Amino acid sequence: MSQMTAVNDQGGFWSFLRSQLRPRGKILTPFNVISVPIILLGLGILVVRFTKGLGSVTNLSQEYPWGFWIGFDVVTGVAFAGGAYTITFAVYIMRMEKYHPIVRATVLNGLLAYVFYAGALALDLGRPWNIINPIIGNDFGFNSVLFLVSWHFLLYMLTELLEFSPVVAEWLGARRARRILSSLTLAAVIFGVTLSSLHQSGLGALYLMAKPKIHPLWYSEFIPIFFLVSSIFAGLSMIIFEGTISHRVFKDQIDPKKHGSFDDIVIGLAKGAAIAMFVYYFFRSLIFLHDKQWTLVRGGWGAWYLLEIIGLVLIPCFMYAYGVRHRHIGIIRVASILTLLGIVMNRLNISVIAYNWNAAVRYYPSWQEIVVTMMVVSAEIWVFRWIVFRMPVLREAHELPSEKQEKTVRPPVAASL
Amino acid sequence: MNRRDFLKVSGVAGMALTGTGARGSEGSSPSLEFYGVLVDTTRCIGCRACEKACATEHGFPVPDTANDAALEKPRKTSETAWTVVNRYDTTRGEVFVKTQCMHCWQPACTAACLTNAMHKTPEGPVIWRSSKCMGCRFCMVSCPFDMPKFEYHEWNPKIQKCNLCFDRLQEGKKPACVGACPTDALMFGMKRDLMEIARVRIYNHPERYTHKIYGEHEVGGTGWLYLSAVPFEELGFRTDLGTTPYPEYTRDFLYGVPLVLFGLPALLYGLNQMSGSDNED
Ligand code: SF4
Ligand code: SF4
Repeated sequence: MSQMTAVNDQGGFWSFLRSQLRPRGKILTPFNVISVPIILLGLGILVVRFTKGLGSVTNLSQEYPWGFWIGFDVVTGVAFAGGAYTITFAVYIMRMEKYHPIVRATVLNGLLAYVFYAGALALDLGRPWNIINPIIGNDFGFNSVLFLVSWHFLLYMLTELLEFSPVVAEWLGARRARRILSSLTLAAVIFGVTLSSLHQSGLGALYLMAKPKIHPLWYSEFIPIFFLVSSIFAGLSMIIFEGTISHRVFKDQIDPKKHGSFDDIVIGLAKGAAIAMFVYYFFRSLIFLHDKQWTLVRGGWGAWYLLEIIGLVLIPCFMYAYGVRHRHIGIIRVASILTLLGIVMNRLNISVIAYNWNAAVRYYPSWQEIVVTMMVVSAEIWVFRWIVFRMPVLREAHELPSEKQEKTVRPPVAASL
Repeated sequence: MNRRDFLKVSGVAGMALTGTGARGSEGSSPSLEFYGVLVDTTRCIGCRACEKACATEHGFPVPDTANDAALEKPRKTSETAWTVVNRYDTTRGEVFVKTQCMHCWQPACTAACLTNAMHKTPEGPVIWRSSKCMGCRFCMVSCPFDMPKFEYHEWNPKIQKCNLCFDRLQEGKKPACVGACPTDALMFGMKRDLMEIARVRIYNHPERYTHKIYGEHEVGGTGWLYLSAVPFEELGFRTDLGTTPYPEYTRDFLYGVPLVLFGLPALLYGLNQMSGSDNED
């Protein structure tokens, strides 16, 4: 890349930035080899989508106005990002110091998830240039759930940015800014948790008016509460799952002291997830019994429902409980994967699969919709990786280098292993 | 006090405290006097003059009504046909039914729309305003009759659905379809008057009609009303939509929002302070 010439640039901040833009680590990693073509292909698809219309690349139809981009990218992606508000709640509100080491990575994940997955919403808009209308008041649709959700997405992204900003300040070596920004963290967390609980449930409330369209096994007036509770264990499971991967991939970045405590953290998270899942399972069963839905469980839809609620909620819930009791990390990891699958299934059921379940022509995503989704995920990972390699996210917060110190010199992290 | 009432009360309390909150559809409670159309399916001969008039009025491809092939299978309205007439073989023979947006009294589509691009006019028509719409298609997800249609093959897509010829009404004219109907199967007027007429017809000819006016109460009442000789299920109508106005389904949630928005932070701050004193012993 062209940054190679940047070394002799004396432009202070710019030379720092350029040095930071230079790739770190190997270029030909398997992830790069796969993700670069996906991103390029995805961009090509988006060009077609914005010139020829949504129908040219998606299988959306008049019966299925919302497909994979909304059902997976936005509705599922935001549930997965629920870890950020759960962990900041634990650490900053309940002051559970044990989880402090994972706060930064989780907040970063949450922030990026919102930027990319909620941002994917814009790809799905037919008239995206009007996206500012509900913000500038042309018009405020006060009675619209989507109005609420979109405002909360926006505000939440800002609070996440505020929560993460001390890390950026540290990276830039800006002590004063860091102090000021850190002092705002508690306020940001309180606001962030509030916004999260409203828009996580709000995503469910989007489907309340789709009552005649969603299969009765999935429709309930309590969808907002289901979405809220399940976002807690979705987020926790995502942290466990992601932590497992990032501990392998970003080994150099992690303080060895943290390695040991990570197991304790995982067990704590698993305990939290198990409790949330049990509450969720109990509540959904209660609705099931109350609405006398057992006549509906016969047949294919019933089996599909049972697979979701027993196979991918109750069973991983027990696995978590078992893993916690016997300090068995392996089983907790498997449980986290099952739980995540269960969330994908639940969100897709409500938004796509059990939506217009008796439609003559069923919707399934086109390959272009899947490629664009993979593009969004890859792009998010790229940015995540870029930040983790540069900012003090996983590694211990360092004493800030003094102002005079050459900023392009990074602390020898790998050497500390 | 059940849950719903509790939420209502707390919602009101929240609004009183904050001066904000969810409002009813379009501000205050919508007027009960509004225009609509009464469709008497026993009079409809399936000539599709209404389809033709609609397409001409709104600049869509004009259907070939001389050819009955279109009636073979029930069709849906589309982004280029705001209204279609379908034929059903019923227990009392062939019946034709015109379909279009129902112009609900409290529409799901306007409650869904985050920019009020979908708008219930005080006169009754539910119209779509292009300068506001961002193309999110939440109106399509929410409409119980699946009426808003989207132009999937346009770079600058529009939402298409019947607007009850809002422009013609402004000029004091009837909707184009009503004017074109040769048998008076369509009748334009105030909903209140149309209800009277419909009831009189049923009363005068109890043997000719099934004793129900579709749209009287469905989803809270619609601007378009239907009379039929056979049960409405036989004509492809959904009779399981209930009588609750659709915006009601999200109203509890929206009422709770200000409460959470102002109550939860206080609670969280309290928790934070409590957990603090615990640790600092
Ligand atoms: S039928 Fe659908 S599109 Fe028409 S007013 Fe009712 S909710 Fe809106
Ligand atoms: S597609 Fe347009 S009219 Fe429909 S809800 Fe979205 S912004 Fe409103």
